[in-house]
Amino acid sequence: MSYIKKPRVHHPGLTRNRLGLTRRDYEGTMSTLCAGCGHDSITAAIIEAFWELEIAPHEVAKTSGIGCSGKTPTYFLKEAHGFNGVHGRMPSITTGAHAANRELVCIGVSGDGDSLSIGMGQFAHVVRRNVDMLYIIENNGVYGLTKGQFSASADVGSTAKRGQVNREHPIDSVLLSLNLGAGFVARSFSGDKEQLVPIIKAGLRHRGFALIDVISPCVTFNDHRGSTKSYQYTRDNYNQLVYADFVPPAEEIATSIEAGNMRSVQMHDGSRIAFRKVPEDYDPTDRDQVYSYIRGRQRAGEVATGLLYVEPAPRDATDAVDFHGIQGTVDEPLSHYPFEDLCPGAEALEKLQKRFQ
Amino acid sequence: MAVDNRLTAIGGDAPPASTNGERPAARVNDLAFKIGTVNGTGSASANGLLRSAIFRMGIPVSGKNLFPSNIQGLPTWYEIRANADGHTARTARFDLVVAMNPATYQRDVEEVTPGGWVMYDSTWPLPRELDRDDVTFLGIPLAKMTVDNFKGSRVRILMKNICYVGALAALLKMDLEIVRGLLNETFAAKAKLLDANQLAISLGYDYALEHFDCPLPVHLETMDGNRDSIVIDGNTAAALGCVYAGATVAAWYPITPSTSLVDAFTGFCHQFRKDPETGRNRFAIIQAEDELAAAGMVIGAAWAGARAFTSTSGAGLSLMSEFIGLAYYAEVPSVFFDVQRVGPSTGMPTRTQQGDIQFAAYASHGDTRHIVIFPANPHECFDFAVEAFDLAERFQTPIFVLTDLDIGMNDWVIPKLEWDDAYRPDRGKVLTAEELEAATGPFHRYLDVDGDGIPWRTLPGVHPNGAYLTRGSGHDRFGNYTEDSEPYADVLARVGRKIDGAAPHLPAPEIRLRDGAKIGLVTIGGCRGAVLEAVEELAERGIDADYMRVRAFPFHPDVEPFLAAHEVNFVIEQNRDGQLRKLLISETDAEKDALVSILYYGGYPMSCHHVMDGLAPHIDIRTPAGSRESAALGAAPHGAAP
Repeated sequence: MSYIKKPRVHHPGLTRNRLGLTRRDYEGTMSTLCAGCGHDSITAAIIEAFWELEIAPHEVAKTSGIGCSGKTPTYFLKEAHGFNGVHGRMPSITTGAHAANRELVCIGVSGDGDSLSIGMGQFAHVVRRNVDMLYIIENNGVYGLTKGQFSASADVGSTAKRGQVNREHPIDSVLLSLNLGAGFVARSFSGDKEQLVPIIKAGLRHRGFALIDVISPCVTFNDHRGSTKSYQYTRDNYNQLVYADFVPPAEEIATSIEAGNMRSVQMHDGSRIAFRKVPEDYDPTDRDQVYSYIRGRQRAGEVATGLLYVEPAPRDATDAVDFHGIQGTVDEPLSHYPFEDLCPGAEALEKLQKRFQ
Repeated sequence: MAVDNRLTAIGGDAPPASTNGERPAARVNDLAFKIGTVNGTGSASANGLLRSAIFRMGIPVSGKNLFPSNIQGLPTWYEIRANADGHTARTARFDLVVAMNPATYQRDVEEVTPGGWVMYDSTWPLPRELDRDDVTFLGIPLAKMTVDNFKGSRVRILMKNICYVGALAALLKMDLEIVRGLLNETFAAKAKLLDANQLAISLGYDYALEHFDCPLPVHLETMDGNRDSIVIDGNTAAALGCVYAGATVAAWYPITPSTSLVDAFTGFCHQFRKDPETGRNRFAIIQAEDELAAAGMVIGAAWAGARAFTSTSGAGLSLMSEFIGLAYYAEVPSVFFDVQRVGPSTGMPTRTQQGDIQFAAYASHGDTRHIVIFPANPHECFDFAVEAFDLAERFQTPIFVLTDLDIGMNDWVIPKLEWDDAYRPDRGKVLTAEELEAATGPFHRYLDVDGDGIPWRTLPGVHPNGAYLTRGSGHDRFGNYTEDSEPYADVLARVGRKIDGAAPHLPAPEIRLRDGAKIGLVTIGGCRGAVLEAVEELAERGIDADYMRVRAFPFHPDVEPFLAAHEVNFVIEQNRDGQLRKLLISETDAEKDALVSILYYGGYPMSCHHVMDGLAPHIDIRTPAGSRESAALGAAPHGAAP
């Protein structure tokens, strides 16, 4: 939207987290997306979440594919390494980076075109592999950068800016990832930062694959009457199904939570997700129930949002393991493993070759 | 006993027409035989046993497995060539054929050289139309033998194979103790199977001794040619190289003929890379959903600082080309093994070719040009694997190691692999946390600080001062996004200079010169053995030829002077289009007319006779006095011979 450079000097009174960093330190360069783009609101929520979690920016690896969503990692965490790869292939690059250095906090930002069309295969398989990452789909139902073609998430009956009606069935990333075994599945709305920030924080702390599909209206190509991904439509049909708070390990659950309707789910690192409000007969830890419930809400024309499903931390190590658990990898990052412990040496080679004589 | 086989060969090798009915004179440690079976019948272990026994007799030997793209029921052949002089390239001249597959009897019988032998299962009569009066048929009732002596159909099928090994041992004068010793090693823990195998060997051996005049005049004698050698396939050797180079991440998608490279890597990692205390892995091997993802994982892992590689074949490389362009332009060190098979498209998955040379050199859209290295045998697979990781990190670019099915999957006798414990990986220009902490100015990823075209890089997670955004979109020397002409061109030109500058640091060509040579034989990869044999054959006919094997692209500075020193250079390779020749024409100042293609691309490993056939129209090859390969000359049409 603007090529104005951000100021180098900030107000001295900005609040600092325990690392001594202000929110500004978690920003990137100025966004070049359209004014009012939902993606920019998501960027702001990402910045807020990282700042609140007090994660050092350089410990993060931020990745993306191609499209408007692919541009966004530039707009947050300028002190983190980023990789804006090729279309639909963010999952494989992130998988490789995580395989090499498991200490990196991985966040991948993708779009509905990037993940559900060209990148559908990689999306499905990064879920299966349970790569420890937060995967955000900035879902606007269209290809923005190529000027408004329908994407695979466009609903049947939704119209394009020039009036064409979509007749093909949508792919829903929430239902899909539930089906593929994702341990953390959420849907949110770029216009609801209050809901989005705690979900991002929980997603970053979830060990294993975490999906947040964020309805993120495209103000230029998909914000008209007839679109089911517009600000207006989303607000009209918004159903905050699940209210959840992210509670870091050291903190007590706040007292304002409605008594009787509260449930807390323990996470791997000791933090908890406190479900403040969920519908009756809805268990956010019951995959099958969540699946059918969301299907029901969709049939009623609602956009069901919130931290919809979370797998409780496994009771023992053999249960539900993430990528490195499946791989059985050492704790130290492979990228920095001492060569002396990787190379068997001349004596071993001499001995080994007897096998080939 | 060392035997000067060349003398005996000259004495005994009359032209084909006159061998009818005559018994060939003795020829020792210079023979080739072929076993035709049905795949899925367990013949691989019997054939491996034969090859191993000959190796342990100290005779240079190769085993070529010509197998179908199938699991059970289709024809498969195993070719063994033993040669005291170390000529173990494929040959089209078979002294003996073991015809175990009725479906290929006709073809197998036709392929025996006149004066040779056909061994077959005489439990059933051989069809009359197969009769040839210029070869000797050796009938052995293999099926009957196994039915009489073993229980269970599977065991009988397996033991039939071992029976022909026993018979061959007698006919070819193999050292029976070595054969039995190998079985003892293989079945050390399986007494029952060992007994069955030893019995089968005896059955075949005794039958042959009793019914035939053993040994055949063409046979083997123990010698001492393999003291410092091993038998290994290229995929296993390359995998070992990856382990020794310190590679920790492998991502791949199964594809013949490269699968066994990752299989071997997995095996070696489990042997050498387990944490002794926790039993956990100092490696990650990811079977990706396709080759696109495999390439992406390698690039992601390499970007994060691991030595990472993938192994594929041409069809997979096509799929990877999108990511290859990214790695080239974003300058991510990465290693790609391409074990070439026959293309285009699915082609012939279990046949060999050198069809990806041009593709690898320029893979992906836009201006891309890659470092490609070409091992000729498993020994170079090991060495070049290590070299590939160093080159990738030194030049921050994808490196392609082009082998082929013949090198990758067949058994080669090579000198023992060597390792220098002083070796440390060349990680290239990577800034450490300390260097980044001490930096006085901002870090710029694509700035040519040292004037060699190679910028400095940083790894994620190391230091905030090293952060930058890697992108495949247009970027300037500072690492920022750009759509402006000059900053874009500046980076692209610098990347081009970087690759140009790599040429002298890549493996130099292998050059062998002869006094007075006027012609050059130029080749690449696994054609080495066939071409070197042709150089000797030419010398025997009074023609001196210089030899050069190109080992890397962009071409080493030594390549062009060799080409310029000869009026004519024959460029010998295994593809239809003369891909190496085309690269030489476009990337050196060599005259087009001075480079003449000799091509064989039918899918089997190249033989000396392909080279001689190809030379025949161009140079005066005098009628040889007694060259063995001459018998095969003319038998195979140019470019399509078996």
